[in-house]
Amino acid sequence: MTGPILRVRDLTTRFRSRAGTVTVVDGVSFTLDRGEVLGLVGESGSGKSMTGFSLIGLVDEPGRVEPTASVELDGRELVGLAEPEMRALRGRRISMVFQDPMMTLNPVLSIGDQMGLVIAAHHRMSRADMATRAAEALTRVGIPEARARLDAYPHQFSGGMRQRVAIAIAILNHPAVIIADEPTTALDVSIQAQILVELQRLAREDGTAMIWISHDLATVSTVADRVAVMYAGRIVEHGPTTAVLSRPRHPYTRGLLDSLPSRGEPGHDLAQIPGAPPSLAALPPGCAFAPRCGHADAACGVAPPATEVGPRGWRCHHPLEEARR
Amino acid sequence: MAGFVLQRLMQAVVVMLVMSALVFVGVYAIGNPIDVLISPDATQDIRAATIARYGLDLPLWEQYFAFLGRVLSGDFGTSFVYGIPVTQLILTRLPATLELTLTAIFGATLVGVPLGMYAGYRPDRIFSRVVMGLSILGFSVPTFWIGLVLIFVFAVDLGWLPAGGRGETVSLFGVEWSFLTLDGLRHMLLPALNLSLFKFAMMVRLARSGTRETMSSDVVKFARAAGLSEWTVLSRHVLRLIAIPIVTVFGLELASTLAFAVVTETIFSWPGLGKLVIESITALDRPVMVAYLVIVSFVFIAINLSVDLAYAALDPRLSKGRS
Ligand SMILES: Nc1ncnc2c1ncn2[C@@H]1O[C@H](COP(=O)(O)OP(=O)(O)OP(=O)(O)O)[C@@H](O)[C@H]1O
Ligand SMILES: [Mg+2]
Repeated sequence: MTGPILRVRDLTTRFRSRAGTVTVVDGVSFTLDRGEVLGLVGESGSGKSMTGFSLIGLVDEPGRVEPTASVELDGRELVGLAEPEMRALRGRRISMVFQDPMMTLNPVLSIGDQMGLVIAAHHRMSRADMATRAAEALTRVGIPEARARLDAYPHQFSGGMRQRVAIAIAILNHPAVIIADEPTTALDVSIQAQILVELQRLAREDGTAMIWISHDLATVSTVADRVAVMYAGRIVEHGPTTAVLSRPRHPYTRGLLDSLPSRGEPGHDLAQIPGAPPSLAALPPGCAFAPRCGHADAACGVAPPATEVGPRGWRCHHPLEEARR
Repeated sequence: MAGFVLQRLMQAVVVMLVMSALVFVGVYAIGNPIDVLISPDATQDIRAATIARYGLDLPLWEQYFAFLGRVLSGDFGTSFVYGIPVTQLILTRLPATLELTLTAIFGATLVGVPLGMYAGYRPDRIFSRVVMGLSILGFSVPTFWIGLVLIFVFAVDLGWLPAGGRGETVSLFGVEWSFLTLDGLRHMLLPALNLSLFKFAMMVRLARSGTRETMSSDVVKFARAAGLSEWTVLSRHVLRLIAIPIVTVFGLELASTLAFAVVTETIFSWPGLGKLVIESITALDRPVMVAYLVIVSFVFIAINLSVDLAYAALDPRLSKGRS
């Protein structure tokens, strides 16, 4: 089959409460090709995780994905899909890995039991076959003596090993898309790199597409083919990773890059984006980044249009010069 | 695991010894058994003979070891009031308490935990609010009052169920049981219900708060993201995660109810241990009191031990090290 594996159009997720409506994901659109890795970056609270949860239909009450949104997985519309059908896709065609492996695995169930539950959710299989399949997945993520480890409990693994187990669970049913929500953030730097390489290899072997969520541009630059930068629930800039990171067009992307330790000059203070991320309940009209932006003027009081040039796109009234770097 | 069990067993034995000594000394401090055993106008010779017969002239520690030896062989002496061996007396009463308590606690747990889990899973549903309302009632209304109301409504007013007694019993392993006959079950229903309400309330609360907390955890999010059905998430993940406090309360309640079902047993004239001990305290029936206290300590220790072992089974972190 050709065409993108995932096509997201105008994904919007709102929390309605008595206190008012908060839009945590606002008109997010992107496509993901088979085997492609899309990095989703942005500060804390920018809606990266919510985007992930919205895609797999797991937004907590009272949050809701607007019915005008469209998420097509392999040509099949997911928005508005009945829960039993959505459930059948979760963990089989599209799965998710979370940030903290200390929290995601059930401490009182053995690894084999937890993996068995995930297999049984999608396939009828004998216990022996399940064990074989689970052990295969563990072996694939680099856990030695996988079969013996099926009887082990999460506390018998180190943090990095636990994240491998979580990844093994995510790839158990060979999904077409994996949403990896900061899967390395909670780990030691050296282990981060291992996990990163491991996931990348798995995705390549299976042709699995991946959405790599991170607030760390450095990590994203090593895994992602393309990046999308989120701010206050919106994608403000997207494009091929090297192009976006070397020649950012949106001042927010520029700010994120400048605050990377590796980019600052030694001995100098790191550049910080002034101000703090806005409260989603009280966004300024127009460009949400304007209050923190050195280039903002009166024009920014109106929502900037989406500019698409070739593979790149941005939403800014005053995009930075292409040749700045 | 074996080391863990052994260690707990040793602890249990030590606690049991300490308890028996306390019971022995404590009971010696209340009342003078001689006054109960011998009529005040008995001759000095009879007094001396009786004292010697019961070994009451020996030093306290010798009496204690004699007592310990007899207890270990299951001999608690003869009841002053009933004139029969205490062991036999207790064996006729213990099954009544046992079946009543177990019915009440298992009932409260098997009904309370699922209802509490539902209330935690769907806190805004009307049904959940009704369940929580019931649990508040179970907590705040005193047991004796509910017992009287139950008798008044179901026995006196409606005449559906008997107001007291054990009803027909069947002999099994040489002791009489009510739960094996229909009539016995009818007699047991009201007192068991009465006894279970507080425990039901507790189980509902525990299950509800545990479920609420667990539902928003990453474990549940991750399980859902892997496509597990809500039923599987609740029955396999959540239930296991909330099991430990539930088992704890189950054990505590089981022990304390076995020992102190007095109020309910009295209201429903249920011939159990609680009733027996109250009677023997008023009558200063020392052998019965001693036996009761020893048996109750034993039951507490045995139940605590089982709860500890259940923890180890429920939480692998307690029984296995890192590998
Ligand atoms: N139940 C809720 N009601 C209202 N707002 C919510 C709710 N849950 C999350 N939000 C808001 O959604 C926004 C996006 O959260 P999200 O978790 O997607 O951020 P993120 O980009 O993943 O941040 P982080 O890097 O910290 O993980 C946050 O501002 C948060 O306050
Ligand atoms: Mg997040």
